[in-house]
Amino acid sequence: MMRAALALLLVLLLGSAARAERLIVSVSNHRVTVTPNYSGEELVLFGSVEKDATTSADRTAYDLVVTVMGPRADMVTRRKERTFGIWINTDYRQFLQVPSYLALFANRSFDAITSPEIARRQQIGLNNVLLTQRVGGDYADVVPNDAFRSAFIRLRTQRGLYREDPSAVTFLTPTLFRTGIPLPAEVPIGTYEVEIKLFANGAFISKTETAFEIVKVGFEQFVATTARHNGLIYGLVTAAMALMTGWMASIVFRKD
Amino acid sequence: MQLYLPIADLPVNVFLVLAMGAAVGFVSGMFGIGGGFLMTPLLIFIGITPAVAVASVTSHIAASSFSGALSYWRRRAIDPALASVLLCGGVTGTALGVWTFTQLRALGQLDLMIALSYVVLLGTVGSLMFSEGLRALMRTRRGALPPRRTHNWIHGLPLKMRFKRSKIYLSVIPVVIVGIMIGFIGAIMGIGGGFILVPIMIYLLRVPTSTVIGTSMVLTLVTMLFATMLHAVTNHLVDAVLALILMVGGVTGAQFGVRAGQKIRGEQLRLLLGLLILSVGVRFAIELVIRPEDLFTIRELGVSG
Repeated sequence: MMRAALALLLVLLLGSAARAERLIVSVSNHRVTVTPNYSGEELVLFGSVEKDATTSADRTAYDLVVTVMGPRADMVTRRKERTFGIWINTDYRQFLQVPSYLALFANRSFDAITSPEIARRQQIGLNNVLLTQRVGGDYADVVPNDAFRSAFIRLRTQRGLYREDPSAVTFLTPTLFRTGIPLPAEVPIGTYEVEIKLFANGAFISKTETAFEIVKVGFEQFVATTARHNGLIYGLVTAAMALMTGWMASIVFRKD
Repeated sequence: MQLYLPIADLPVNVFLVLAMGAAVGFVSGMFGIGGGFLMTPLLIFIGITPAVAVASVTSHIAASSFSGALSYWRRRAIDPALASVLLCGGVTGTALGVWTFTQLRALGQLDLMIALSYVVLLGTVGSLMFSEGLRALMRTRRGALPPRRTHNWIHGLPLKMRFKRSKIYLSVIPVVIVGIMIGFIGAIMGIGGGFILVPIMIYLLRVPTSTVIGTSMVLTLVTMLFATMLHAVTNHLVDAVLALILMVGGVTGAQFGVRAGQKIRGEQLRLLLGLLILSVGVRFAIELVIRPEDLFTIRELGVSG
């Protein structure tokens, strides 16, 4: 798979057009299948920084930030408070269309790569990624140290669904790089967007995008789609299955 | 061995789920209860979302109570007339319960309501059963006769009907009301309701112990099948793979449970069941009272329950 990705990379490298700097990337697998014994896996992202005649000679050291975003969903974060001696969900915030999986990788720490201002604008780091909340009637992101926002990121990180790793990207040569994208066992199904941003001397230079897909296959996929689209038949089959199991057990274990 | 659950969207260990099903099945066969009040919390504990747990457990209880009901049927320990009157109420109650469930969910306090109902219901039923079992045990120790069955106000109600196999002459009004109540509670809390139904039938309706468990299993079976259908059609949250593993474990355990239950005396059985119910209620109460490890929780909307 890695060899295939590299071959693809070479083809892309040969057929490139003239611009200041270009990023050429490819993931090791564009279609990850979730099978019954799926327990997580790691994708590999390969890429190359391509220079041309207009690139100034002093640009030698590049920095890269890779952002992987899973399918978006609405989520609610609730906070418990002690009321009448018991802990009750009292306050909540709704996060609108936030990524269900979010990973940020770089070749060195985010604040070494660029200035806080650019990092904010380019959404570099979990603190800078836009997570839209509904606050009353408004739609906005809040300051990074907001209690609900930080709790949200902390809980997602605990489940392995949000992560940032400033040392995950490695440069194999000054222009050729790779990074691993770990996908946990309970990875959400859907389309994943990958954004690769190139920096040099603290300045944002260019970016490119790619994507991969996580799908359920086989029996699981069949069960899941049937449950969603044919609820009545699915219910009837499940009920029949329950009766069959019960009946068979009473025959198997019948003493007389 | 890991297996990926299609609806719950997470991998689980097959043997762990199988063992959980067998353990709960044993208990349910022994006491003649569905076991939902044990199974649902256990599933939530291993990381399955409450909505999927409740929906899948209903079909597990259906399988478990069907195999139980069959063996009681062969022993002629089911009163068909009493069961059908109970069912009239049970089906109505389940439909009402599912409607209320939807309303509560919209208000966003469903989890709290479920926990509170578990505490109140299991606490009350558990301690009543425990103290009654204790008193009965003391009586047999002292060698005193059990108190004579007296008729209460329920037996003064109109619309009386003769239930031949149970050898009782009883008004249908309290029977239907009990059915509605059990169906309603079952749909909201995701439980079969057998553990409440059995004592009500014994103490309030004076149904003899010979037919009480088998008859209650029939009610559990039908309401849970109905609930499975409703969950599958409205919420699409029934995980058939999870349910099948639970069923296989559950029905196997239940067979051994039924036999074990017959070896234990009635008073001891009630004492044990009371203790079990009480401890689940206390566990829910502790969870409500102690400071949670994390004050924040996330719920995904639209992706999975």
